[in-house]
Amino acid sequence: MTGISQGARNELLPARKHGFFRTLGKQWQLMLMSVPMLLYVLLFNYAPMWGWINAFKDYTNKKNVARGITPFNGLDNFRWLFSRPDFFQSIRNTLAMSVINLVFGTVSAILLAVLLNEVRNRKFKRTVQTVTYLPHFLSMVIVVSMAQNIFASNGPVNSLFQGVGLIREPVFWLGEGKYFWWLVGVINVWKEVGWGTIIYISAMTAIDPCLYEAAAIDGAGRFQRILHVTLPGIKSTFVILLIMNIGHLLEAGFEIQYLLGNGLVRDFSTTIDIFVLEYGTEKLNIGVATAAGMFKSIVAIILLVGANFVANRLGEDTLI
Amino acid sequence: MIVSVAVVQKKKRKRQDIVFPIVNTIILIVLMFVTLYPVLNTVAYSFNDGTDAVRGGIGIWPRVFSMKSYEAIMSDNSVYQAAWISASKTVVITLLNLFWTGMLSFALSRKEYVLRKFITTIMVLTMYVNAGLIPNYLLISQTLGLRNSYWVYIIPTMFSCFNMIVIRTYIAGLPDALVESARIDGAGDIRVYWQIIFPLCTPVLATVALFVAVGSWNSWFDTHLYCAGKKWLHSLQYLLKMKLATTQASSNAAKTTVDALKSTTMTTPITIRAAITVISTVPILVVYPFLQKYFVTGMALGSVKG
Repeated sequence: MTGISQGARNELLPARKHGFFRTLGKQWQLMLMSVPMLLYVLLFNYAPMWGWINAFKDYTNKKNVARGITPFNGLDNFRWLFSRPDFFQSIRNTLAMSVINLVFGTVSAILLAVLLNEVRNRKFKRTVQTVTYLPHFLSMVIVVSMAQNIFASNGPVNSLFQGVGLIREPVFWLGEGKYFWWLVGVINVWKEVGWGTIIYISAMTAIDPCLYEAAAIDGAGRFQRILHVTLPGIKSTFVILLIMNIGHLLEAGFEIQYLLGNGLVRDFSTTIDIFVLEYGTEKLNIGVATAAGMFKSIVAIILLVGANFVANRLGEDTLI
Repeated sequence: MIVSVAVVQKKKRKRQDIVFPIVNTIILIVLMFVTLYPVLNTVAYSFNDGTDAVRGGIGIWPRVFSMKSYEAIMSDNSVYQAAWISASKTVVITLLNLFWTGMLSFALSRKEYVLRKFITTIMVLTMYVNAGLIPNYLLISQTLGLRNSYWVYIIPTMFSCFNMIVIRTYIAGLPDALVESARIDGAGDIRVYWQIIFPLCTPVLATVALFVAVGSWNSWFDTHLYCAGKKWLHSLQYLLKMKLATTQASSNAAKTTVDALKSTTMTTPITIRAAITVISTVPILVVYPFLQKYFVTGMALGSVKG
């Protein structure tokens, strides 16, 4: 210890022994590295919340808005929202697509991860992984553009289904509301299934190989080993991801619905985000649009706190 | 009795062990085909003759080969401009993100930092709570006046909490002694980061660079929202988005216009769209397989600790 200066030693000691501000002063370099981004986040993520005030203002009188007069109107915007069937429709669509994405996405990712985990040939495994990760890196514009070709009335999906006799006439996949949610689900699985396996595969590599050997000695076949060793091994990862996703239940994605949707399916493609965008940027009713967005954020906070509580009770790591 | 059960079980296991890998391989090959089919389909369209492509039904090989779509793009200045905008914003955003997020992650990985908990909580909350589209729009376009400016691509996307968590988790996995010994030798935190930690973080920084770069390269909504009126600010993805809208509108009338198109032009929005798709995807395809081993560990780190 003789070679160390007193100053350097003090800095390395736990913070509580000195005053808070004295320690803070000594850590000015750490502050220099972190406070700019703190300010940045406060400006870009928290300051806009001040804009929620618009949810309580009247933007319907265009003459007044043009003159910059936007009087407060209490909860009128919210009352108006909850009297609108199309707002409830957008909530329904958001929840439906988000649940479909969550269920399809999770199940397919786990399934693929299990299959990949059983592959012994490393080169083949890596090839499958490289190929299935690829769509994750494609932009939604490109994916939708591809989907329009694939699901076109003379596209490969219709040809395939007609070929095996599932359908007689070509189905207009993109133009009928009843298919829209499932189409979004399928496209999302196609795009994200490979990417979704990453976390489960890394959980599987942490499983002790002895367990597989022991199971084999006990006479367990492939399926039984998957059922009794692999799946229990990824259970905690599954639970954590599930809880995290509950906080995002109102995030059904926005790009895909916006790009893939059209006039024919709008009753099924309009999510809360698109509702907000329409009222905010096209109908220019900022008050109502902000109220809808605010509703979404508040539900997200409630879901997050709830999920965090559940995670606590289950003894898992909490999210915040 | 017991012996026969054991024999049956052994036989069953053997059959399972032979059949399963075969079935598994077949499933995975089919999956790869399903994954690649739309991509190859687009490539086929891009090399197909425009008027012929309107008929549809092209598989993974062009029916009537033609380079006309690419020639049309190559002679279109707006595509060059869009490619320049996309490329330059991607590079700038990636560098800025790495610079700031790297330092922030280091600071937040230091257990003795008294603001660590406070800043971390504020950052992590941003992953779950945001003000929403309209307030953000008002901040960026009105308060900050970034509408119709190149900076709207850069300034609002300089930070992502997920990336911070990925880097911080990686740094936390490095031995504490690295930092401690350097600090005892008298190096300040900034120097410790840039001289010792930063060089060790290359894998994780490569991962984050990939995430940020892909996000920026693939974005179109920012152009749509803030720069739609300024042609020179359009990005490649936005050009594609506009092509998507025009083909969507014309696809219903497509069959009737085939003859009209035949006499006037050799390219159609469908093949042009496919060609721009191919051109805008190639950079990603070239880069990402090389970074695969990095981002796989990066994802695993970030998701669990997130």
